[in-house]
Amino acid sequence: MIKATIHVTLKPGILDPQGRAIRQSLDTLGFSAVRDVRVGKFLEIELQEDDPARADAHLKAMCEQLLANPVIESYRYELERHPSHPAAPS
Amino acid sequence: MNWGVPVFPGSNCDRDCAHVLSSLPGHRARLIWHGDTALGGVDAVVLPGGFSYGDYLRAGAMARLSPIMKAVGEFARAGGLVLGICNGFQILLEAGLLPGAMRPNRGLSFVCADVAVTVDNAATPFTRACKPGQVLRLPIAHAEGNYYADPVTLATLRANAQIVFRYCRPDGVADDAANPNGSVENIAGIRNAAGNVLGLMPHPERCAESVFGNQDGLLLFRSMAQAVADRAG
Repeated sequence: MIKATIHVTLKPGILDPQGRAIRQSLDTLGFSAVRDVRVGKFLEIELQEDDPARADAHLKAMCEQLLANPVIESYRYELERHPSHPAAPS
Repeated sequence: MNWGVPVFPGSNCDRDCAHVLSSLPGHRARLIWHGDTALGGVDAVVLPGGFSYGDYLRAGAMARLSPIMKAVGEFARAGGLVLGICNGFQILLEAGLLPGAMRPNRGLSFVCADVAVTVDNAATPFTRACKPGQVLRLPIAHAEGNYYADPVTLATLRANAQIVFRYCRPDGVADDAANPNGSVENIAGIRNAAGNVLGLMPHPERCAESVFGNQDGLLLFRSMAQAVADRAG
């Protein structure tokens, strides 16, 4: 098993109304040092796959085709070997 | 004329669309389930508004992978008229049948209001019953209608007269105060380069009957009907 953790974020320069609202709220709380907030999505995907190269190709295709909208979003992901679920005691 | 209205899980304007379209004299409208793979000989397709698949991930991202959308894509590539309303517009963007993408409204609110919209291009199969620059009053109801296209795409849209509708003041001036959601250049609706696919955020089907006191939306459906009749003739 391979576990992928994926971050999908708005590209630089794309207006992020949520990030702006959160920055204002943080400012209200007194965190005046906050200059910018960007909101994104975090996904975890478990793959029945042991070959890192194949997993990488799958992840890239998933991000391009569905998980991110390349018009406004960019993505990055990390892959780690994920121990299979331990066998149920017999 | 036969209209096809695909229905996705979470569509909620599908029946309104079918009601308005089938009430035009000589017209029939058929609801088509998202799991179907064929449109079944329709003359035009209207992708309705709503919240297909709960707007999960991004509005329209799931719906565009429905089996019926493959048929809609083939229909569009063959020159068939496809109108996407609100969530239907979002689906067309996600499907790549129209350029650009939607962001959340700049005010973060769901905006439900009657707005003025100017017809920037009245020479399309969707607007031929309108006068150039005519100001329509159309209702909007969306949280993600903040249209974005990169500068290169925007330049192409402008050069090809693909910007069909803009949010404007009642006098027709499209300024920032008249922009309800932050869309670039006040864009409310665009067409594709070939001219047979149009998406818009306002809901023409909600103002197409005399009982509502406003029939501006009817201009779009009449335009499409004329275009289809001319082709057949």
